[in-house]
Amino acid sequence: MPTKPDTALSSPRQTEAVLDIRQLSVHFDLGGNLLGRLFGRGGGRVRAVDGVNLSLQRGEVVGLVGESGSGKSSLGRALLGLAPISEGSIWFRGQDLATLSGRRLRELRRHVQMVFQDPSAALNPAMTVEQAVTDPLRIHGVPAGERRPRVVEALERVGLSPVELFLSKYPSDLSGGQKQRVVIARAIIMDPAVLIADEPISMLDMSVRAKILTLMLDLKDQLDLTYVYITHDLASAKFFCNRIAIMYLGRIVEIGDTNEIFENPRHPYTRALLAAIPDPDPSRPKTADLLRGEIPDASRPPSGCSFHPRCPVAFDRCGWEPRDLVATLEGHWLRTSPSTYDLERSRIANLDDISADGGSETVLRPSTDASPTDLVALLSEVRREDQGARFWEGVDEISEEPEGVRVRFHSGEDPVLRRNGDVEVACLLY
Amino acid sequence: MRGLLNAIVSPFSRTQGVARWMLGVGVAISGVFLVFAIFAPWLAPYGFATFKGPHGDFAKLGHPNSHHWFGTTDLQTDVLSRVIWGSRTALEVVTLAVIASLVIGLVLGILSGYVGGWADRLLVLVMDSLYAFPSFLLAIVCAFLFTNVIGTSVLFFSSGIIAAAMSLTVIYIPQYFRVVRNTTISAKQATYVEAARALGASGGVVMRRYLFGNVIQSVPVIGTLNAADAILTLAGLGFLGIGIQPNEAAEWGYDLQRALDDAGIGVWWTSLYPGLAIVLLVTGLTLVGEGLNETVNPVLRKRRLLPVVMPPRSRDEVSTTTTAPAPSLEGESTT
Ligand SMILES: Nc1ncnc2c1ncn2[C@@H]1O[C@H](COP(=O)(O)OP(=O)(O)O)[C@@H](O)[C@H]1O
Ligand code: SF4
Ligand SMILES: [Mg+2]
Repeated sequence: MPTKPDTALSSPRQTEAVLDIRQLSVHFDLGGNLLGRLFGRGGGRVRAVDGVNLSLQRGEVVGLVGESGSGKSSLGRALLGLAPISEGSIWFRGQDLATLSGRRLRELRRHVQMVFQDPSAALNPAMTVEQAVTDPLRIHGVPAGERRPRVVEALERVGLSPVELFLSKYPSDLSGGQKQRVVIARAIIMDPAVLIADEPISMLDMSVRAKILTLMLDLKDQLDLTYVYITHDLASAKFFCNRIAIMYLGRIVEIGDTNEIFENPRHPYTRALLAAIPDPDPSRPKTADLLRGEIPDASRPPSGCSFHPRCPVAFDRCGWEPRDLVATLEGHWLRTSPSTYDLERSRIANLDDISADGGSETVLRPSTDASPTDLVALLSEVRREDQGARFWEGVDEISEEPEGVRVRFHSGEDPVLRRNGDVEVACLLY
Repeated sequence: MRGLLNAIVSPFSRTQGVARWMLGVGVAISGVFLVFAIFAPWLAPYGFATFKGPHGDFAKLGHPNSHHWFGTTDLQTDVLSRVIWGSRTALEVVTLAVIASLVIGLVLGILSGYVGGWADRLLVLVMDSLYAFPSFLLAIVCAFLFTNVIGTSVLFFSSGIIAAAMSLTVIYIPQYFRVVRNTTISAKQATYVEAARALGASGGVVMRRYLFGNVIQSVPVIGTLNAADAILTLAGLGFLGIGIQPNEAAEWGYDLQRALDDAGIGVWWTSLYPGLAIVLLVTGLTLVGEGLNETVNPVLRKRRLLPVVMPPRSRDEVSTTTTAPAPSLEGESTT
């Protein structure tokens, strides 16, 4: 198989949308217990995908890139009808997949197919290769006589030849790379228009990763496919994609041509992801933009720009809120000695309540053996110790009141995707 | 179809060591009774209710001799013939019961596990209540009910056999249901099921082609263990004189009950042979079941026979099997 890493980048761009995703949201209701739900204290909702717009041009490879938990798989699964669509539409050949159901949807389903992350799990252990690859044909009513040649052709296309050697094998007899080839053969056998590949190489050995990606590029050219490539690995996205959409907490925060994203990243999250790619050249200086902390709980995303708690360049309008104060104090305490922590922590009476507060201000209450003045002093101390913290940009006013210290934040804004140069980016800086 | 056969046969071929030995002995013993059952008309010297031959009536409670190897009963019937005909009765009832409960439990279990929702919750409730009910008591109640409902014979089975089989079916459905439902629920989460849905498979196709083959693996074990249990329950019913009527078929439990009085007057052959038949067949089937159990599913390994209550024959004899039920049912531990 020839290695043609540049086919993806050099293939001509057409302007025909194959799949048009508009304002798509996927929300999961978290269980909670029955009693909780009865009394309205349900487990809350995870906005796994939150109002995503994405239009797939025919023949292109779009990468969905983001940390684990950013909603990439949920978006991909929603395109196949595997995840519940709460809002929005998916237009395909003049029809909205989101509103179709039952037989009609299953029929259209064959035009959008998926390659899964774990090929061992994606194949039924009780089915042979032949049965697995034949099954889409059976499901869609291809006459029994026509199935065999198509299965053989599909297996040959994915490089499993001589085919006779593989037909009667069970998944347990195959290597990871071979299994992924079977999964790909099964996905392409109905001649789909769009293939969604959810981390198709991340469970495979290093040695076969490039081969699978190259195979997928070849198939794209031969079969006129359009890809959605889901990954947390920007390096493979650079190799594979024409366009990259960076996702964070269910939203696209930056989208544009692969070259532009790599050469001129705009969103601070994109920059952080790029900085995290292991650099093969150790002499180059390391940037300090590495991601801090972890991706927040998606059932309660931060207000304003949901990236603001981790953003190294966040400023006053980014959506600061009471729980950021708690996080800042906790960060400070992590750096102090245990005895300082005990002392300072004991002065605040309502720390736990504050993290549950919404809104743009909160009151820090002193415990019985402390006064509001002590708390003001504490905050100044934290601010002095924690020079670089972006949090203080967001604090509008700290006022001492009889019952405690009132901390007011600048009002925040939720950035929307805006065109900037050749890309679109959702950050208040642009 | 090939996959299904493979799924059923593979546990048998995968056994080894002690398990293989148990399986071998078990299959041999059960095989003998199977031969008895199938060829009863040719193997048994007389009919199960025959009390006279060409030379006049048989002796009452006659000693074993060259004409009646196992002796005769107080009703002048031939003990050997009744033992052989009895295996036919036992295997008919047990086969019917196991097949019916397996099919019903499997179908309900897959549906319930895959579809979920309130139908699932309702079914689980019903099955759990059936399961919690003492099984022998349930069998007695069902046998009473069904004997009255079924007046005539169905196909070539007499009404008593059908009634007994149905009572056993009711007892065993929950076992298949629970195991199959729980395996279905865990298999449903598997990526390959999601993959099938992504291919456009309907719920029916997913259940038939993707869940069925994977869920059925644990069923042969429960089947053979239930069969052993069913032999005992059937004998218990016969002992109480419920279900199969004496004129319909030979039944070991019934024979044991008739033989109770004989033991006191030194007649041992009327109770020994039917009793031995029960013990041997139960042992055979249990060996098959446990042999499979060792190989098929490590999770099932803790499983024991469910408690079977036999009516006490006398005070000093411990005739109730008091094996406590495993604290958690096998299916639950797989979720
Ligand atoms: N079936 C589900 N039920 C509840 N929450 C889910 C479900 N699937 C995904 N989520 C949540 O949605 C968010 C996005 O998950 P996912 O789409 O898997 O992200 P990614 O693929 O980028 O790692 C996560 O917070 C995850 O916990
Ligand atoms: S809006 Fe831009 S600067 Fe502000 S937090 Fe978000 S990414 Fe950072
Ligand atoms: Mg994922």
